[in-house]
Order: sequence, then structure tokens, then C-alpha cells
Amino acid sequence: MAQVAHDASAQVGPLEVEDVELYHPKTFIGKYIWSQDAKVIAIQYAITAIAIGLVALVLSVIMRLQLGFPNTFSLIDPSNYLQFVTMHGMIMVIYLLTALFLGGFGNYLIPLMCGARDMVFPYVNMISYWVYLAAVLLLVASFFVPGGPTGAGWTLYPPQAISPGTPGIDGGIILMLVSLALFIVGFTMGGLNYVVTVLQARTRGMTLMRLPLTVWGIFMATVLALLAFPALLVSAIMMLLDRLLGTSFFMPAMISMGEQTAYDGGSPVLFQHLFWFFGHPEVYIVALPAFGIVSDLLSTHARKNIFGYRMMVWAIVAIGALSFIVWAHHMYVSGMNPYFGFFFATTTLIIAVPTAIKVYNWVLTLWRGNIRLNVPMLFAIGFVFTFINGGLTGLFLGNVTVDLPLSDTYFVVAHFHMVMAVSPILVVFGAIYHWYPKITGKMLDDGLGKVHFWITFLGTYAIYYPMHYLGFEGLPRRYYAYGETAFMSESAQDLNAAITIAAIIVAFAQLVFLYNLIRSLTKGKDAGHNPWEATTLEWQTTHTPPRHGNFDELPSVYRWAYDYSVPGAEHDFIPQNVPSEELVAARSEHQEA
Amino acid sequence: MIFALALILLVIGSVLFHFWSPWYLTPLASNWGMIDDTINLTFWVTGFVFVVVNLFMAFCVIKFRYKKTRRAEYEPENKKLEWWLTGLTSVGVAAMLAPGLFVWAEIVTVPEGADEIEAIGQSWHWSYRLPGDDGKFGNVHSRLVTDDNPFGMEPDDPNGQDDRLIESNEVHLPVDRPVKINLRSKDVLHNFTVTQFRVKMDLVPGLVTYIWLTPTKIGEYEVLCEELCGIGHFAMRGWVVVDAQDDYDAWYARQPTYAQFAAREPGNAQAGQAQYAICSACHGPQGQGNRVLNAPKIAGQETWYLRRQLKYYKSGVRGAHPDDTFGRQMAPMVTTLVDDQAIENVIAYIRTFPDLPVETTIAGDADRGRNIYTTCGACHGFAGQGIKALNAPRTAGMHDWYLATQLHNFKKGIRGRHRDDMYGPQMADMAAILKYDDAVNDVVAYINTLGPSASTTDIGAEE
Amino acid sequence: MTPTLIFLGLLMATVVWWLVRQSVNVKPWVASAPSGAHQGVGQLATIKVGLGVFLAVATSLFALFVSAYAIRMELSDWRPLPEPNLLWVNTGILFVGSVGLQWAWRAASREQLRGVKQGLVVGGVCAIAFVIGQLIAWRQLNAAGYFITSNPANAFFYLLTSLHAVHLFGGLVAWFKTITRAWAGSEISSVRLGVELCAVYWHFLLVVWLILFGLLLST
Repeated sequence: MAQVAHDASAQVGPLEVEDVELYHPKTFIGKYIWSQDAKVIAIQYAITAIAIGLVALVLSVIMRLQLGFPNTFSLIDPSNYLQFVTMHGMIMVIYLLTALFLGGFGNYLIPLMCGARDMVFPYVNMISYWVYLAAVLLLVASFFVPGGPTGAGWTLYPPQAISPGTPGIDGGIILMLVSLALFIVGFTMGGLNYVVTVLQARTRGMTLMRLPLTVWGIFMATVLALLAFPALLVSAIMMLLDRLLGTSFFMPAMISMGEQTAYDGGSPVLFQHLFWFFGHPEVYIVALPAFGIVSDLLSTHARKNIFGYRMMVWAIVAIGALSFIVWAHHMYVSGMNPYFGFFFATTTLIIAVPTAIKVYNWVLTLWRGNIRLNVPMLFAIGFVFTFINGGLTGLFLGNVTVDLPLSDTYFVVAHFHMVMAVSPILVVFGAIYHWYPKITGKMLDDGLGKVHFWITFLGTYAIYYPMHYLGFEGLPRRYYAYGETAFMSESAQDLNAAITIAAIIVAFAQLVFLYNLIRSLTKGKDAGHNPWEATTLEWQTTHTPPRHGNFDELPSVYRWAYDYSVPGAEHDFIPQNVPSEELVAARSEHQEA
Repeated sequence: MIFALALILLVIGSVLFHFWSPWYLTPLASNWGMIDDTINLTFWVTGFVFVVVNLFMAFCVIKFRYKKTRRAEYEPENKKLEWWLTGLTSVGVAAMLAPGLFVWAEIVTVPEGADEIEAIGQSWHWSYRLPGDDGKFGNVHSRLVTDDNPFGMEPDDPNGQDDRLIESNEVHLPVDRPVKINLRSKDVLHNFTVTQFRVKMDLVPGLVTYIWLTPTKIGEYEVLCEELCGIGHFAMRGWVVVDAQDDYDAWYARQPTYAQFAAREPGNAQAGQAQYAICSACHGPQGQGNRVLNAPKIAGQETWYLRRQLKYYKSGVRGAHPDDTFGRQMAPMVTTLVDDQAIENVIAYIRTFPDLPVETTIAGDADRGRNIYTTCGACHGFAGQGIKALNAPRTAGMHDWYLATQLHNFKKGIRGRHRDDMYGPQMADMAAILKYDDAVNDVVAYINTLGPSASTTDIGAEE
Repeated sequence: MTPTLIFLGLLMATVVWWLVRQSVNVKPWVASAPSGAHQGVGQLATIKVGLGVFLAVATSLFALFVSAYAIRMELSDWRPLPEPNLLWVNTGILFVGSVGLQWAWRAASREQLRGVKQGLVVGGVCAIAFVIGQLIAWRQLNAAGYFITSNPANAFFYLLTSLHAVHLFGGLVAWFKTITRAWAGSEISSVRLGVELCAVYWHFLLVVWLILFGLLLST
């Protein structure tokens, strides 16, 4: 039962949140190119991220062709294979998912959902995008330098990352490191905005505990990113110095191409500690926004409040905090002190508890809901299914003993694709189907959306579920070809071929999505302001798409974001800015008096 | 409805796949059955959660699908339920974690009295060292590694003199005796993995890491590198052969000690001259080769490579394949070299020949060949000069028709697939990149442009 | 990683404590009219919160470098380098700069434009002098044969000092904006915030330098 506080007679004073003076663009370029409007910046981020993501998708198809049909398709040699592995991984994790969730959804949704006119530092926000674009372009440039992009694997482990025998040690690795450094600088500018906007620019009545979980997820992910990306920056700077000036931060005495090198005494394991100190939080930088968004999708389309909101918030916070003390579970077989294994296995399995709570609460949100299987909802439930699978296999790899035979095999590849590639990308799709009507004013086509969903959901499961079993058999990852491997069964190669076919089908299904995105811009049905009958503030704007400044008048918030199916209410949803009748009555009484 | 059915089918399908899948853990060959047990335990716990939660979700999707006339329940939270679920999850997690930690404690504690060996990784092959009869390893350091001291042994360390050095991808272990395998890398990161043993560990330059195990089944097990180490990563293979004690002892006795290794007599060119007489009939008096007789140029090729190939011909590793027409001609000739000293001598004589440029006989697209050669150069050197540390012979300035024949042989598995060919499989795997029809000609055409390269021959005739 | 973990631990503890205060007794599903001030960070100016967040990021960066330093130091090839005496002088200069900006801040809150200008000049000049001093220290070390590649201790010295200097340059940009505004004779109220931010940033960089210097001296 929705309770109504009885001190509601308190007068609603003037806005405590100052109404900011917005920058007023006059020209087309000012509006859409050098724009300081977070919504335009969001779209710029999203388009760039999706474009570079498509490149990475093509790379993965080429790699799959090599793995599935090693003797038939002569597209790449071992150098290209490693280069594609590296670029695919780095692009997908950093330049697509991180940028899309935080730069894309963060920019679009934070101000709207908090009830702000814009980000608090719009100019810095604009610069953030252009720095990101420069980072992307530098990364792309590495395809065109002599020697090509780096093939060190997305983890860029030294010494191999900068030693002959690995492709791309001339220009590729340098461009990669510089591009990462730029990305971090650009992200920090954006990240300051996301955090400070949530802290400072919430509209009146929007208490922290009334924030939609989307904002919570993006907020916590940004905090993690702000604190964790410096670790990547530190390792990138130190590796650049090793490569360019010949210092020995990470580089040990070693033989290279039959010759002694000038390096001496450096520690490759130090790099791994720094890298994973960033790398593990990175997993949650991608996952937390997905967690948040999916909570809102499930709640909206199940017409039911999210179950256990407070527990959900605390789970996000707990996961965020714990994610800083689990990093070395990526390093069980790295040669670090083996006794660390006890500590990191324990912390890693502890983090499973808040994660499990989130899963339970998603499922319990469906319980006794009134579930509308709209396309965003299909993706959301698809996410929960995929994430359960990927999360549970994490318990294998997090537990140091179980990890031992599985580490560096296809089990790892299957696990992390399931949990941090397919799961978040399903959320991305769900979120785009959900918010596209607000962003453009048009609905995406339902039929095409369903085709897209079914192929993507079933196809990715067909790719990655069987892949775990290749890992059990012991197939190592990052192999260009298996040739004659004694213990590998012949049927394993058939499975590899089947996985490749599934991967190609899934890749082509994305064209349906792109077609839908473009076609619906002009041909889509009109969406109206609130097609999903949702409660959060972004659906309550007077214009769709929202104009620069978001709201005509900043809304006041009276309730949390999950007032669906409130008993006794006229509709099955009450937007956050709707005062209850009692509240209105109380206020008018007050005014009369 | 369809959606819920799909979810249910996926759950059922996943479970059936698990039980019917032909792809599962390889048969265990070590004492680490406990690792398999922890995997199975984890499977039961996670499998239970997977089935229950997903079926519950599918049930919700069916039961609570949208009806205009119905309202969802309004229930912000249920503290009791949430704490119960948290508690149960914690118990499940602890049930998986605790056994894992106990097993890990065993994994990191090497039993007293375990044998020790050392596995050494290097781009992209393995070698091994045994502590010798005194049971103590001599000191080593990466800085000391040279072509003549590939293990980086400290020459004066008394503990090192009887160390047995195994310059081969294959090592033997006695069955049922615990062994600690120390791991050391000469260059980049590698990882020593024998799937059937279950344990694995990275090799880190500058550190010595370890694993320990007791092999329990006699047999041959493939060693794989499982840490990305460059473009030869996938071809970095070796063998662990688990022997009965007798067989192991016989093998052990054959391995040279460091002292023997260091005192190896150089070949005597004069003595070799006589032995070369029979070779010169085909390879020519100056080792320049003869196309008509299908005998390649051998002048300018490096000692270590000539030695390996002669031994391979002698032991039937090379020249025994039924389709290796020319190799089969060579094999009987080598029998005239009665012992290792004879081989050393004849090589010493061959090394006195001038390294003359060869005639180009193959036309190909050298530009396309250059792209292919970026892979080859990683081992053979970008000037085709050959690099001993990578076990890659010289390619530049050698007969192009011979290179082409050999590349075809590697591709077809005529060469390089013999079980005792330690470095051939790597080349055979690599030759698989020559996919289109003319690839062999293209890459050979490019190698032709490299010309006679910086050879170590004293009397090298440069362009 | 201990220094980083300590820093993050403190930070996370603060965040959690703050969240608990915000949320522990709240039943989010209870609707109510917005009352009083919104429950943001409080009355702080947005730009100050922004600076605070940025300083947390910068601290994370320096803490990670210190962690890397501590780990790399344990390896056998580490040969500490002698710290030039000049560093003591530089430290003093940086300290004076900080005092200068504190002075400016005080003057700003008392609306004394003259004091603001004096303080700003002292702060800026000292910062520039500090950077020049660091450069001279580099040259001394280089002349004495302590090159960046000859030992990881040297490499860390050059790396940490340049990183610190880069942050100082960033501060000088903000300082320049503030001082031009002060000289243009604008209202003191429009300068006050800038002065305050500069002062906080200068103090931060002083503390960072003291920690780095202490680290260099003690190893």
C-alpha cells in the first residue's frame, strides 16, 4: 500500500536547485556538432561507439571463420589473428561498451532521470566526446601503420606486447597505449559530469533513494571507472616508457630474436597487477549500468515495482566496493605468490552473493507481475537468462582450484562472453528499443525487433554454451589453429565449425537491427510522450524528443520510480512527478489558509 | 507463451547437452582427482541454481502474462524472503569455496622428497633440465644465455656440472613419483599445461614458478603453451612421456650432462673431407647443390641445423615417409656417417665452403610473398638469416626449388609430422598459413629477394 | 597495492557512511511532498564538488604510482638515487606558494582585492619557480649520470616528478584565468570561487609532493 506521509502540508518552497543558465546554440553546427547538450553528446557517443563496435564485430566474424574452417578460408595469418583478437577485445570492452553505457546512456538518461536541465559542466562534457573520438580515430589509425595494430591480446601483457614475435610492436602498440590514455582523459571529463550531476543537480524531491536504478547503476559504474581507469593509465604510461625510452619497469632481462636485450630486472607480474586492478572493476563498469537499466525495464514492462529496491541499491554499492579487492583472480596461474589464491578466491566468491541477490530480485519482480512481453522486455528477460548462465560459470573460474584446469581455455572465453559481452549487449538492445521512442519520437518496428531478438538471443546461446565444453576438453584460447592436438577429439572441430555458423547468423541479424534503427526514424509509428506508461521523469517531458533544457519547468518529485500497480490508483502507474490527491488537497488547504 | 517455452527448452537442452556432450574433461593422468571433484561439486550446485531460477522465471512469464483486467501485486520488499535467499546463497557459495581452498592448500604445498625437474619455455619451444645425480640444480641466468649456452648455465657452478640438459620438446617422467616442475622462461610469458595433469602455471621471465603432481598413468601427453606468447603461440608444443621406472632410467642415462655438453668436441674439417666424398656426388664438391639430382645447396647452412637434419635422416625421422621421394634417396646415404663425431666432422667441412648466390628458378609475386613472410620472419629472421635460439634455419640464399618442395611437404604432412620430429610440427602448423595455390611460390619469390644474407660462413661470397 | 587499497578503503568507507545516512531510515516507496532543501551533498558549490571528485581521481592515480613504486622497489636491481639538495629548496618554494594562495583565499573572504592579487602572484610565481627548480634538479642528476634508463629508481624519480609537474601546469591554467579576472578588476565575488579552488588545488599538490618526496627520501 502506498503510504502517504502526513506532514505533507509542508509548503513546497521555491526551487532549491538553481535553474542553470544554458548555453544557447544558434547554428546547426552549434546544435548538432559542437553541442553542449548532453542528449546530443549522448547520441554522438552512441553512434561512434556502435560504428567502432561494428568494426569489432566484423573482426570477430573473420576470426570465427579461421577457427571454424581453418583450411578453407584463407583470410588471415597468425599475425592478423592475434591483431584481430586484440582489437576485437579492446574495442568491445572499452570503446563500445564502456563508452556506450556511460557516454551514451549516461549522458542521455542522467539529466533526464534526475530532473536536471543538463549536465553540470556542459562544456567539459562536450570536450569529453571529442577526446573520445580522437582516441577512437587513433585506434583505427593503427590498422594503417606499418606492422599493423598490436597483437598482444587485449590484456597487453609485457614483455610480449613490446617484443619482436608479437605483431604490431612498431606503431600498433604505441597507438594503442596513447589511444587508451586519451580515452581515459576523455572519460574522466565525462565521468566528473555524471557523478557531480547525480550529486548536485537532482530536482527537488529527488532523494537518492528515489533515483531509478538506471541512474544508480551508471553512477556507481562511473565512480568505479574514475578510480580504476588511473590504474590502466599508470600501466600504459610505464609501458610506453619501456617501449620508447628503454626503461625497465616491466621488462625483465630476456632473449629476443636470439639476442640479449638491454632490459633488466623488470616485473611482468607488476603490470598484471596494475592491469587487473583496472580490469576487474572494468567488468562491473560494464555490468552495473546493465544491472540498473534491466531493473527498470523489468519493472516497467512487468507493471510491478522492482522487488527489494533498497537491497538492489546496496547490492550495487557492495559489488562496486568489492570489485576492487578481487582483481588477482585473473592471475591465479600468473606466477604471483600462490598464497594470494586463498584471499582472492574468497573475496571473489563473496561478490557472488550481492550479484545473486540482484538476480533473485529481478526474478521476483516478475512474480505476480502483469508482464507485457514488449521487445525491450524480451531482451531484459533474455539478459537475466544469459546472465544467470554467465554468472554461474564465474563461480568455476573464481574458485582458484576449479580455475586451474579451465584457465586460459575456451571455458574462459565462453564465460566472459556470456557474462560481459552477450549480457550487457542484450541490455543495450533492450534499452534502445525502450528509449528510442523518447529519443526520436518514433517507435521501432515490433516485428523486426522480435526477429532481431530471437536470432540474437538463441544464436548467442548456441555460440557460447557449447563453447564451455571445448574448454573442459582443454582447448586453449588465442590459438590460431589447433592443427594436430593429441587430446582434442575430432568432433571438437565440428563443434567449432557449428559455432562459427551460429556466429555468422548472429552477426547478420544485427543488420536487421540497424535497418530498423534507420527505417523507423522516418517510417516508425508516432510514439507519443510515454508509450510504455512508465513512471520515470524522462517520460514526463512536454516535448518528445525533449528539447535542449529537457523540461519546460523543472518537475518536483513526490514518489519513487516504481509506483506501478499501486492499489486504488486509477492507472497502473503513477509518474514520479504526480502528487497524490491527498498531497494536492493538503497543499491547497494550506494555500487557502 | 512461446518465450516461456523457449526458456524451458533452453534449460532442458542445456542439461541434456551437459550429460550427452562428447566434449568433457580429458581422462585424468595425475593425482589431481580432487580438482575434478571440485569441478563436479561446482556443477551440481550451479546446475541446481540454473535450473531452478530459470524454470521459476519461465513459470512467471506464463502465469503472470499481461491481462488488461488484472493488476500486478504491489510489494516493495519482503525482508524475510530476501534474508533467506541471501543466507542460502552464502551457504551454497561456502560449500563450493571451502573444498576449493583445501585442495588449493595441497596444490601449493610440494610434498617432501618430490623429484625436481625444470621446464624452460622460449619462443616457441620447450627444453628441460634435470638436476643430475646430486639432485641440485646449478645456477642459471638469462644474461648468460647464448647460442652455445642455451640454458644460461653458470659455467663454474659445481652443482650444475651434472645437470642433465634436454634440448628437446620432449621430457620423460617416472610414473607414480611426485615431481615438482620448476618453470622458467628465457623471453616472454608462457604457460606450461598438460591437460591430463590438470595443473598449470605461467612461466615468467625473471621468476621461477612451479607446479607439482604425481603422474599416475604411463603414456605420452602433449604439452601446450596457454599464455599468449606471440605468433608461434599455437604451435608451441612439447611432450611429457610418463614411463615405467626402468624405461625412465634408460632414457635418463642417455641425456647429456652439462659438463659433457660444454666439453663437446668441435668437428674436424679435415677428417670430414673424406666423409664428404659421397655427399659431393649429389651436393657438389662445394656444397652448391644440384637441381638435376634434386640435391639442395648446403653451403652456408648453419651447423646446428645440419646436425639436426643429419641425425633425423639417420634415425628415420626424415626421409622415411613414403611420399618423400627425394628424402628417401638421402636417408641411406647418411648411414655412412657412423657416429656423432663423423657428423660433426662432415659439418665442419661443409662449413668451409663458400656461400655462393644461387640461381632463381621460381617466379612468384614477391609483394604478396612479403606479407606472408612477416609470419616466417618472426622465427627465421626478417633477413632470412636463420635464428638458432628459435630453432629456425636460414632461408635466404638457399635453393628456391628446395624451399618450395619442403614447404609443400610440410603442408601435406610429409615432413614435420613424425612423432620424434621435435621442431617439425611447429613448421607444419605454420605452413598451413600458405593457403592459396601460389602462396608457396610467392613466399619463395620473396625469400629470393633477400639474397645471400649475413651468413656466419667465413668465406661468404656477398653480392 | 597496499597504498591504493588504503586510499580506496577510506574513500569507500566515506561513501558508504554517507549513503547510510541518506538511506537507512528511508522507505523509498512512501510518497511525500518535496520538503526543505534537496538532499544533495549540501550547500557546496557544484564546481567545488567537481574539484573534490577530480582530486579523488588524481589521488587514485598517485596512489597507484606509489603502489607500483613499492612493488618494483622490492626487486633486486633497485639502486636508490641520491636526492639533490635542491629538492629541499623546491619543497620550500612550493610551500610558500601554498601559503600565498591561502592568503589570497583569506583576503577574498574579507573582500580585500589587493590581498587577493598579492596572494595569487605569490602562489603562481612559486609554482613556476618550483617547476624550474625541478628541471634543474633533473639536469643535476643527469649530469651525475643518473639516467632514466639506468635504473628503475631513476625512472620512477623522473616519472613521478614529471607527473606532479603536469598536474601543476593544469593548476596554472586555472590560476591564469583567475588572476586575469582579478586584474581586470571584476567584482571580488566573481574571483572568490576561483581563488578558493586554486588554493585547495595547491594544497593538494603540496601534500602529494610531500608524500612523494618522503617516499623518495625514505628509499
